[in-house]
Amino acid sequence: MTKVSMTVNGRAVSAETEGRTLLSAYLRDGLRLTGTHVGCDTSQCGACVVHLDGKPVKSCTVFAQDVAGADVHTIEGMANADGSLGVIQQAFQDHHGLQCGFCTPGMVMSAAALLAENPKPSEHEVRHYLDGNICRCTGYHNIVKAVMAASGQDVSALAAE
Amino acid sequence: MPKDHGIGASSKRREDIRFLTGQGVYTDDMNIAGQAHAVMVRSNVAHGRIVKVDTSAAAAMPGVLVVFTGEDFAAVGGNPAGWLINSRDGTPMREPKRPVLAHGKVRHVGDAYAAVVADTYQQARDAAQVIADNSEIEELPAIVNMVDAVANPGNRVHDEIPDNLCFDWGWIEDNRAKVDDAIKSAPHVTTLELVNNRLIPNAIEPRASIGEYFPGTQDYKLTTTSQNPHLTRLLVAAFVLGIPENKLQVVAPDVGGGFGSKIYHYGEEALVLAAAKKLHRPVRWTAERSESFLSDAHGRDHVTKIELACDLEGNFIAFRTETLANVGAYLSNFATVTPTFLHGTLMAGPYTVPNVYVNVKTVFTNTAPVDAYRGAGRPEATYSLERVVDIMCRELGLDPFEVRRKNFLTPDMFPYTTPVGLVYDTGNYQATLDKVMEMADVAGFEKRRAASAAAGKLRGMGLSTWIEACGIAPSHLVGILGARVGLFDAATVRVNATGNLSVMVGAHSHGQGHETVFAQIVADKLGIPESSVEIVHGDTAKIPFGMGSYGSRSLAVCGVAMVKAVDKIIAKGKKIAAHMLEAAEGDITFEGGKFSVAGTDKAKTFGEIAFSAYVPHNYPLETLEPGLEETAFYDPANFTYPAGAYLCEVEVDEGTGKVDVVAFHCADDFGNIMNPMIVEGQVHGGVGQGIGQALCEFTTYDENGQLLTGSYMDYAMPRADDLPFYNVDYSCQTPCTHNPLGVKGCGEAGAIGSPPAVINAVIDALQRGGHSHVMHIDMPVSPSRVWSAING
Repeated sequence: MTKVSMTVNGRAVSAETEGRTLLSAYLRDGLRLTGTHVGCDTSQCGACVVHLDGKPVKSCTVFAQDVAGADVHTIEGMANADGSLGVIQQAFQDHHGLQCGFCTPGMVMSAAALLAENPKPSEHEVRHYLDGNICRCTGYHNIVKAVMAASGQDVSALAAE
Repeated sequence: MPKDHGIGASSKRREDIRFLTGQGVYTDDMNIAGQAHAVMVRSNVAHGRIVKVDTSAAAAMPGVLVVFTGEDFAAVGGNPAGWLINSRDGTPMREPKRPVLAHGKVRHVGDAYAAVVADTYQQARDAAQVIADNSEIEELPAIVNMVDAVANPGNRVHDEIPDNLCFDWGWIEDNRAKVDDAIKSAPHVTTLELVNNRLIPNAIEPRASIGEYFPGTQDYKLTTTSQNPHLTRLLVAAFVLGIPENKLQVVAPDVGGGFGSKIYHYGEEALVLAAAKKLHRPVRWTAERSESFLSDAHGRDHVTKIELACDLEGNFIAFRTETLANVGAYLSNFATVTPTFLHGTLMAGPYTVPNVYVNVKTVFTNTAPVDAYRGAGRPEATYSLERVVDIMCRELGLDPFEVRRKNFLTPDMFPYTTPVGLVYDTGNYQATLDKVMEMADVAGFEKRRAASAAAGKLRGMGLSTWIEACGIAPSHLVGILGARVGLFDAATVRVNATGNLSVMVGAHSHGQGHETVFAQIVADKLGIPESSVEIVHGDTAKIPFGMGSYGSRSLAVCGVAMVKAVDKIIAKGKKIAAHMLEAAEGDITFEGGKFSVAGTDKAKTFGEIAFSAYVPHNYPLETLEPGLEETAFYDPANFTYPAGAYLCEVEVDEGTGKVDVVAFHCADDFGNIMNPMIVEGQVHGGVGQGIGQALCEFTTYDENGQLLTGSYMDYAMPRADDLPFYNVDYSCQTPCTHNPLGVKGCGEAGAIGSPPAVINAVIDALQRGGHSHVMHIDMPVSPSRVWSAING
């Protein structure tokens, strides 16, 4: 077992790991930050997306020991300082962009990464960017709408062509 | 002006706050002091005789606490089928034992035959591999294909079942001869052979279970990913482990999607309880996604021949269906009702058709169990009907809109008894068809087609007019049909002394938003703020005995129980108010949260009445019990019958065979609407799954019974860029006539109505593009299948 330290949501943290401990397990089991979910094990579903040194990664495919010292952000760090929902989170609630909530943390983290890169994405760009996040509940309609709304675009008229 | 609270408002979901901030608590998020970890050892062959399972080396490994094999559960009960279905000749179905762990034989890849529990997950995993390495399973020929399963009676999934048939069911058997005659003498018969593709539900949260045992009281607790904790408790307690029902608490906390796959009891739930008892420690198990693919109940998987007889104007005369339905290696809990009473009874659709007969043979194969998946039987019925109707229209050169319209039941015909045994209470199918045609601008299609053609794409338009039976189900009826349980639901409304409410419901929310919608309804009825109402669900220690959520039943059954309990609260409140206001009970009215003496300004608020019930100083104690808490059980008088019309437009790339859904319009009749935002979300999700079935999802086993689509790299889940925005309307409303909310249910509609609309649109595109030989392509219409059809 090796102690691995890093910064998570602005806080210095450390936990014991095996060489095979994944970043997702480090967060969930080591730090008890269970908002990051594991929905597959093959980097396909995207429920485990976190930001690693500013980039979105699937934390189920990163060894914790490989990222010692990194700066990690998870869903638990996305709310405003006063505890209210951040802009993207609020847009997901306003536009019913979640149902069971299991894929939601990964969706929000991916959406945040998209909007950091591309502040006014088109519908096509949102759909393309979220290709690595699977949702089984929403049919994606309201997720796409929420992400576009979070970017400040008027989504009131969005429907089929 | 849309309402901003109560019934009919798009209240934002309160549960979203915890889900959006990472504070949801799903089963695998729990960390119980002293917990040990279970890992299952699963068969890597589809069919085999277990020769040896040597656990000695694994048992000696670091951290390993206990090892189980099938032997350890040989003496306990099997996981039962929930419905007993008789064959056409009256003989009962065959129900082989479904053990906690396979014993004697393994029957599908992923069939668990051993389990290991260790201090850590990794230790358990390492030991499970050693057990697998030290086991010997003599591989037997796999029975994968249903036709082969029936044709080769020597090769048996279950040694005691010679022809691999569970039952051979006819509905309604008395109609058979009449239907045969009608088809024989009809001016036109369209015949379609089709496959309703096998799907894997794929809730994004994998199944997980935690077993606990408390030696001091001999109580058990199971925390599990379930859609129906009381049903799971009943199955585990009464059928499998023999635990007294009142010594087992089942908790289904936040659950990350179900779609049917989490209705059922699975062996892992019994395993963690048995292990917890043995070790006196909490024992947890969480599926890896590959285990979910291998061992969750799959859906659909029908091979069907349907015949439609009609006159040359397209007036329907008869429908006859023969289906082989795969139940997999064992009977999952609803496996026998899904292809029968949830399928055959819907084979009249929304139409007037005098003659309908359905024959379903259910077949055991060496594949994972198959059971109800969103829609459950009704998508299969709708797909068969709506495809064969479209083909008939093509054969006779008739308009698919007009043929449906002229065969619809008309609003004056309700209540209507169908030839397959249902009584539709109300509906207006013309209205939803008109609506969808307006939404889709059918008249403007030619212009859109020309634009697509200019861009090198073939464009097509497909219609589906569907009906389903929801609000499952009247207990007396399902009892006659073979159900082993009742299908009522229950709610307890507890008014607290401070005037706020705890409402305990038998329904379970795993994405539906009950915590919000149910609170809207109670608040509306009592004239109090939604924030004063807390909805409690998912814990057998807290809620009354309800049957959980599936079959679009939460609102239409449990919601009605809740309203009935609220009515009892109001009735008791009137008695209390009459005493406090010194008036006759009959003179008390309740409105806007106030009990008033009619015609006066004398009134007591709801909060004052609640307080008085718990501090009964000025209270009619001689005639009325203190407290303000009421429970109601509700058993529906009938099913509910949501219906609608869906219209899909696709573009097909002739060169590659790729299909894009470019527009999807839904006009649904769900009766009264409680929360429009949530209803739209339910339709979106269902349509997304239906388009997934039509375009990309397919569960494939090879000839050895190996699952070829066992990961998200192989099983094509629809992604954000595979799907369009949906245009959803629910303004056509014929409220349900037999429940006080007038609701019908909306959870499954999208998955039922959409697959045939997509396929009808694809065939339409190809036909309009000159590929007149293409009358049908089986789902999923992958690029290779479409390209092959075009070039075949």
